[in-house]
Amino acid sequence: MAVSNDLFVQMNKEILHAEAIVRPKLSFWQGAWLRLRQNKLALGGMLIILVIAILALIGSSLTPYSYTEQKLLDSNQAPSAEHWFGTDELGRDVFARIWYGARISLFIGVMAALIDLCIGVIYGGLAGYLGGNTDNVMMRIADILYGIPYLLMVILLMVVMGPGLDTIIIALSATGWIGMARIVRGQVLQLKSSEYVLAARTLGAKVPYIIRKHLLPNTLGIIIVQVTFSVPTAIFAEAFLSFLGLGVQPPLASWGVMANDGIPSILSGHWWRLFFPAFFISLTMLAFNVLGDGLRDAFDPRQRR
Amino acid sequence: MLPYIMKRFVSMIITLWLIVTVTFFLMHSVPGSPFDRDGKALPAAVEKNLMALYQLDKPLSVQYVSYLKSLVQFELGPSIIRAPETVNDMLGRSFPVSAKLGAVALTFAIIAGVALGVVAALRHNKLIDYVATVVSVIGIAVPSFVVAALLIKYMAVEWKLFPVATWGTWKHIVLPALALSFGPLAIIARFTRANMLDVLTQDYMETARAKGLAPWVIIVKHGLRNSLLPVITLVGALIANVLTGSFVIEKIFAIPGMGKYFVDSIYNRDYTVIMGTTVFYSILLIFMMFVVDVLYGIVDPRIKLHKKEG
Repeated sequence: MAVSNDLFVQMNKEILHAEAIVRPKLSFWQGAWLRLRQNKLALGGMLIILVIAILALIGSSLTPYSYTEQKLLDSNQAPSAEHWFGTDELGRDVFARIWYGARISLFIGVMAALIDLCIGVIYGGLAGYLGGNTDNVMMRIADILYGIPYLLMVILLMVVMGPGLDTIIIALSATGWIGMARIVRGQVLQLKSSEYVLAARTLGAKVPYIIRKHLLPNTLGIIIVQVTFSVPTAIFAEAFLSFLGLGVQPPLASWGVMANDGIPSILSGHWWRLFFPAFFISLTMLAFNVLGDGLRDAFDPRQRR
Repeated sequence: MLPYIMKRFVSMIITLWLIVTVTFFLMHSVPGSPFDRDGKALPAAVEKNLMALYQLDKPLSVQYVSYLKSLVQFELGPSIIRAPETVNDMLGRSFPVSAKLGAVALTFAIIAGVALGVVAALRHNKLIDYVATVVSVIGIAVPSFVVAALLIKYMAVEWKLFPVATWGTWKHIVLPALALSFGPLAIIARFTRANMLDVLTQDYMETARAKGLAPWVIIVKHGLRNSLLPVITLVGALIANVLTGSFVIEKIFAIPGMGKYFVDSIYNRDYTVIMGTTVFYSILLIFMMFVVDVLYGIVDPRIKLHKKEG
């Protein structure tokens, strides 16, 4: 059988590129943002947090009243065009107090979360990275601290140090960092023994490079999620401490203090004094939790499509 | 199993010792003597006698050792404000009340939470699922004292269904137990729903259906059993939740339980009572968590395998 040239056809060159990746490459952050954007609930939570944060900054200048100004003649006024959220038993404008309280409550939440973040990441990262006996001892200590009932310790610290903004933050973060440390340590431990870190090390990558390029970016997602959850936890705990009389002291006002002051008003019919602080505590809790859930889904690599 | 229990037991004892030590030294680092009231100092002789009575004149290390000794015999010390009552007297009176309230609230939270979670999972993305989501969101987001205030306002004052406050008949338990169980109920419902949804997609559910088992048998024997195992791990945290929640609830409903004494002792700066109650709460809580951990190991046979491998 004769083999002639016309038996052969030139190969379609496009087949060569069939294996090429068609979709544009997405970085970790772009992918996460893309997934988060599709989650309407999480976006709503983010928007609410943003609005509350902005109002905390400028809200008190929207009314002519200050959060301390007492007008005893105007006490317990219902919400009206004059006082948008009504007034309390000392005639203070609730609207002005809510946004002043938002500042205090958010400050406590964010500060406590940031301190948790710093201590937790360093402690957990060190334990996970060093491994071996150091890790064993460090985590055993954390385990024992974790076993201590959290609110009891906070209450005890508050009683000893006396109520105040700084003591609340210290007391809340004294036990709050352990959750973060555990999570970071687990993630670092897992990443450290993963193939691509091994590969990087085989190729001669230095330790700082591995930490910067592999460990940190891959832990950041979990850390952000954890922070998102620890802000509302701190705000909630502050409300709880306020109820026990261990919250911030007058003339400072937080949402927790205001809600606690407003409890008797529910029987006297001045519902706005409990409703507004309770509403904003709940709304903030909700927004942060929804955002945290959304972020967790967005960062979870298993969700990658 | 036994080595695991022993290990947990030892770490429990260390944790307790640490709490006692921290509590002790924190309390003694408070500036001024516990007898200073509103800045007014007592006459020197009176103060000296009081210090001697409560052994506060001895060196700190001696006090610490004697405190540990009495603690081992379960003597939690005297109350400074309510003398001659001791912390033991107060706990003996108030613990049964708190335990009853806590047990009712926890039982309700577990039953209602699991039921809500299971139904929500079975009717995934239907109306009841959304109702369950809303309930769990409210339970997590709304502080318990707000829930309690609303319950009093409507159930007690407006509709007069239950007494407003205090303690006595079963009717007195309903409102505080409801308020107390709301948070844990939400957590359980959320957790059960997620687990149940996960279990429903497992192959053994398909197998059970292929064998021709009745739907409720599949759900109870295969679904519920497997989805409830992880819920047990939650119980320890829930007990802590109910316990701390009871501070607020007992205060609002004027229930003579441990929480109310604890809060009162904080208001009064009654240091020995604060210390005694903290230690008692910690012992209770840590022991409960120990029991839950051990139980979990017994209930879930997979745990043992993991321990051996590790």
